[in-house]
Amino acid sequence: MGKIGSPKELQSYREGLAKKRSDSKKVVAVCCGTGCNASGARKVAAAFAEELEKQGLGEQVELRPTGCHGFCERGTLVLMHPEETLYQRVKPEDVAEIVSKTVAKGEVLEKHVYDDPVTGEKHVKEHEIPFYKHQNRLILGKNGAIDPTKIDDYVALGGYGALSKALSMGPERVLDEVKRANVRGRGGGGFPAGRKWETCRNAPADKRYVICNADEGDPGAFMDRSVLEGNPHAVIEGMIIGAYTVGSDEGYVYVRHEYPLAVERLTIALEQAREKGFLGKDILGTGFSFDIKINRGGGAFVCGESTALMTSIEGKVGEPRAKHIHTVVAGLWGKPTNLNNVETWANIPLVIEKGADWYTSIGTKGSPGTKIFSLVGKVNNTGLVEAPMGMTLRQIIFDIGGGIPKGGAFKAVQTGGPSGGCLPAEKLDIPVDFDTLVEQGSMMGSGGMIVMDDRTCMVDVAKYFLGFLKFESCGKCTTCREGTRRLHELVTEIAEGRGTPETIALIEELAETVKEGSLCALGTTAVNPVRSTLQFFRDEYLAHVNEKRCPAGVCKALITYEITDACTGCMVCKKRCPEGVISGDKKQKHVIDAKKCIKCGICRDVCKFDAVRVY
Amino acid sequence: MTVKFKIDGVSVEAAEGASVLDVARRYGFEIPSLCHHEAVTPYGACRLCLVEIAKGGRKKLTTCCNYEVLEGISVVTDTPEIRRHRAMVLELILAEAPDAEPVRRLAAEYGVRTTRFPAKPKGEAGEKRDCILCGLCVRVCSEIVEANALTFNGRGEKRGVGTPYHEASDQCIGCASCASVCPTGCIEVKDTADAREIWGRKFGVVRCESCGAPFMTEAHRDRAVADGPLPAEYFKTCPACKRKALSGRFAAVGA
Repeated sequence: MGKIGSPKELQSYREGLAKKRSDSKKVVAVCCGTGCNASGARKVAAAFAEELEKQGLGEQVELRPTGCHGFCERGTLVLMHPEETLYQRVKPEDVAEIVSKTVAKGEVLEKHVYDDPVTGEKHVKEHEIPFYKHQNRLILGKNGAIDPTKIDDYVALGGYGALSKALSMGPERVLDEVKRANVRGRGGGGFPAGRKWETCRNAPADKRYVICNADEGDPGAFMDRSVLEGNPHAVIEGMIIGAYTVGSDEGYVYVRHEYPLAVERLTIALEQAREKGFLGKDILGTGFSFDIKINRGGGAFVCGESTALMTSIEGKVGEPRAKHIHTVVAGLWGKPTNLNNVETWANIPLVIEKGADWYTSIGTKGSPGTKIFSLVGKVNNTGLVEAPMGMTLRQIIFDIGGGIPKGGAFKAVQTGGPSGGCLPAEKLDIPVDFDTLVEQGSMMGSGGMIVMDDRTCMVDVAKYFLGFLKFESCGKCTTCREGTRRLHELVTEIAEGRGTPETIALIEELAETVKEGSLCALGTTAVNPVRSTLQFFRDEYLAHVNEKRCPAGVCKALITYEITDACTGCMVCKKRCPEGVISGDKKQKHVIDAKKCIKCGICRDVCKFDAVRVY
Repeated sequence: MTVKFKIDGVSVEAAEGASVLDVARRYGFEIPSLCHHEAVTPYGACRLCLVEIAKGGRKKLTTCCNYEVLEGISVVTDTPEIRRHRAMVLELILAEAPDAEPVRRLAAEYGVRTTRFPAKPKGEAGEKRDCILCGLCVRVCSEIVEANALTFNGRGEKRGVGTPYHEASDQCIGCASCASVCPTGCIEVKDTADAREIWGRKFGVVRCESCGAPFMTEAHRDRAVADGPLPAEYFKTCPACKRKALSGRFAAVGA
């Protein structure tokens, strides 16, 4: 079917699709998100295609390569409907047996079933696994049910219904609904989207733009990537509704070039949306016209900052400018521009479809809805997590994340990406929402959540993030360019044992000027890692400065590796030492030549007897 | 439209669109800056013009070169907090450009005579460390000369300024506007009797038919004739001789 000319036609088209898509039909959904792809998902999907054909099941069973299911730790994930059986860590060579036993006969293969690393319990169905059980996957949930390259999958599940509804409501009522729902910007600041839209709509102009910020650049963060890769139409639908509301006919998705799969899926989705008449002229016969272009970014972190992003779209060097006049009034090419990030746009269809009252019933009063986090670091279940706002850090890290691996102890969690703060164990019970995180000295950011255990040195963490930020600073303003660089130098001094109490004092003094004096949010928030670690882990800084000691055993200049009497003389560390500086015969206690040791830590990692000590 | 607001308690007026910095200076308030010039778009790079602006009950520290005047705002140009931040910024700039005399002078005014940060090491050729990356040269070249011969390169601490890819630029007309606007005088222009060298290029010069002195590059003249309203004859004599001739005519009229 070509263009859909009216809301009514959309309705009947959807009914036709839904009939074909019965709930009892067998579907094998293979997660082909970036994480699973890295562990060979495409080969697994190809093996399924071949095997289903070979075993004569090609007709009865639908193979659906989908976007990210979130549980990247256990990829490749294979979810089988209608039973909802989830197999994890599936390899191409497992596929023949899975098809012949599970797909054909419904037999459950124990070896592919999830086993809880903490309790040892096995869970067959996806929704029974603690990782999924405690989530509320409003946005991510559809990833497992949609082939992102097929618009019909999205439409069959009600897709573009919100657009159809919005067009019948009129822009004022849509705006009112978004305002009442208090959708807050998921890009980091948490600014109310409705207020942004309203200012943009009311700014006098002959042309307005809408932009989707998909320039996700935080180390370890991949929420927006997975939404774009797994369910691009949700973002597109949100943007069309936004454009209709603010009065725009042209939109951009600014997505980084390092996200080739997202670009590919988005390109396909845009083409299909145009074919169906959701984009282009006279959308659903209402006279409203709008189209979206993709703008690929070069990968500069600063281009995620709204003004730098717009400058980059204009074809200039991506540098931020002052926002004394907001971009909703004078943005891209000086025109009112409404920019929201991927996740914010993906929330819009839900708000319109189900209404503000439903939306505000989820999450907290000040921060309604859910938030997607990329839960990474020293946690058992790394992956993408979507939790209602207000869930505590402890619930996210321990109930969903399964706690710290290998019996380690929780030390800190950094929320908000490289410019977020590190919160200590005392803060585990705070609710995660926009305002509480800021109150506690961190921020929501775009949703990065890096868990650290007791083997993490907080001085080293601050050093790492400052190193990232000084590299990513565009260099336009003095405080950010020189400030982040000098902060990095000072923290490095401490990490290398050259720090004094004055070093800490200078860090604090400089951090205040960088925060107060920088041009854009990259600079003003760049001090968060060092400030928050100084606030919550000051003792650790003092140990580096006063005792020239790194308590976590990380900072190389301050540590020594030693083999204790627990050594059984098994020779493993001796064999693995890259410098060959471990001596000792079989069944004799080994010795590390401290002078030649490069402190790489391999001996400690490979020792089964916990005989390597760092002090 | 005229906008009324306050600077340090004094009521002031300015035209809409003016920058707080320009207005403050016009009224005699002293606010330091190194990256601002009235002729080009404000940039907000050096961060020295930090002031406190109260708008609708909310106060914040912000640079005022790129802050457009608004009705009813209240600007405070000097507090211990502002001075502290400016002094820190000067310490940062001083470490980055220890050879820049104007920076040292300004720093001294803020009591900054040394910097606690290690100074940028001298280059191999012993070149001066005096560029503060204010971007005035780039803005003048693009907005006023419209040659677009200069650009920033690199990012963060690797940021520098120069011609694209550090290659001699075809766009450059050797006008040296960049050098004349540079606050630290760090752009090298070599003028000899018959040539000018700048940004890795050598330009032939035009001599005044009247006094014989070189007064512009040939490339500059060719651009001016091609793009501007004036005929080629206009560029035969230097501005000084033109002034002299003109004042002679005025003298004749007066007599």
